[in-house]
Amino acid sequence: MGAGHGHVLYRESDSPVHRLPPEVKIVAMVVFTIAVVATPRTAFWAFGAYAVLVAAVAALARVGPRWLLSRALIELPFVLFAVALPFLGSGERVDVWGLRLSEDGLHGAWNILAKGTLGVLASLLLAATTSTRDLIVGLDRLHCPQVLTQIATFMLRYLDVLVGEARRMRVARISRGDDPRFLWQLRGFAAGIGALFLRAFERGERVYLAMVSRGYTGRMPAVWQGDGAASVGQWLVAATVPVLAASIAATALVLT
Amino acid sequence: METLAMHISNGIIDGPVAAIFAALALAALTACVLRGRRDLDDRLAPMAGLVAAFIFAVQMLNFPIFTAGVSGHLLGGALAAMLVGPWVGALCVSVVLVVQALIFGDGGVAMLGLNITNMALIGTAAAYVLIAVLLRVLPRTRAGLAVTAFVAATLSVVVASQGFVLEYWLGGTTDLGNNLTGLAGTMAGVHLLIGIGEGLITATTVLTVAKVRPDLVYALRSLRAPATPAVPVAGGVR
Repeated sequence: MGAGHGHVLYRESDSPVHRLPPEVKIVAMVVFTIAVVATPRTAFWAFGAYAVLVAAVAALARVGPRWLLSRALIELPFVLFAVALPFLGSGERVDVWGLRLSEDGLHGAWNILAKGTLGVLASLLLAATTSTRDLIVGLDRLHCPQVLTQIATFMLRYLDVLVGEARRMRVARISRGDDPRFLWQLRGFAAGIGALFLRAFERGERVYLAMVSRGYTGRMPAVWQGDGAASVGQWLVAATVPVLAASIAATALVLT
Repeated sequence: METLAMHISNGIIDGPVAAIFAALALAALTACVLRGRRDLDDRLAPMAGLVAAFIFAVQMLNFPIFTAGVSGHLLGGALAAMLVGPWVGALCVSVVLVVQALIFGDGGVAMLGLNITNMALIGTAAAYVLIAVLLRVLPRTRAGLAVTAFVAATLSVVVASQGFVLEYWLGGTTDLGNNLTGLAGTMAGVHLLIGIGEGLITATTVLTVAKVRPDLVYALRSLRAPATPAVPVAGGVR
């Protein structure tokens, strides 16, 4: 089975960003996001600077803007929330195109839009350059509790299987005359989901026992632990982006 | 409309409140890891992974509530509590949220503490309390189990949605003034509908599993005395 190596968002490449060890990328991404969130919302220039940083990393990772932007649509629901804020917010009102909008609400909408988008772009870049296997190895090296990495390993391993199985079952339902639409699909969907769960579990249990009988103890083989861990140089290289972001955030905090 | 995904993205709640909830979530998860380790035997380990994968997959498959495009997805807290217990269950939902935040950008990384508190901690805890009470009160039949799963799932979603309202009240980046009660009402209303969908799916799934493999339902273990030790069938036999 080909599943488990990459995932839908992974982009096979050999760019400098791809070659960085996963733990370094995870830390860089988390620090970057925290810096973005800590930035005061009225420091508009800072968000421009963050966008430039994201664009630079994307270029280095050879990820195209079209790919990034189309995947960023996942945050759409919260953009809709942001659109509602200028109408719902309290406080001073300003006139924009003949509409009386809450100034606080407008700032809030900008805040969600800017920080949300930058966060999504940062995680998309991590996803595009890190395979799921590497992600787990990275989390393990960052001393994430073994229970969690174990659950995550199994989760990612069976994800593609589950989704494929669900799609096949849906096609099977449709081909037998089901018309999945609106509320009425709930029953068929739910009935199918029970079967899907059981099928997946029995499969997963067999695979798990096979792994245990081959010496699996809840941790990935030592091969992945030993070599490939980040060197000091790689930490320093990857630190450039979060350090830049943090200094932008600090400057913005001082200025506003 | 704001309740579509229920994953809070960056910038909706301010930094200090997010940090407080992150600390809270971290402490609670540490407790879950310590307790969960004891629960995680040869049978529960693949089950936990599958519950997590299942929740992840089902969260992708949105089901429509209105034609207008509002859709909801399972949160999975009740399902996880039912099948793998509260401790491992909370860990499963947390893993789903962490991976979604890290590689799918669904829910901001800086807001992870808030999302984990709502969906993994509040949702699973509420569900498990309801399950524990209802399983003792209701008759031990398939109908009783179905009602338990349905009620626990439905109410846990509504309770979890109020977690967002609490967080927004504490640290929302935009002051909604009197609209906050409106937000609470909207959240509760929409999530009641999502909860009913979740309840139906949880009940059907749990019933199917309980019918074919009753040994896999964690919530039924404590009621079955004496508990039979978990002896997995050797791989390849079935």
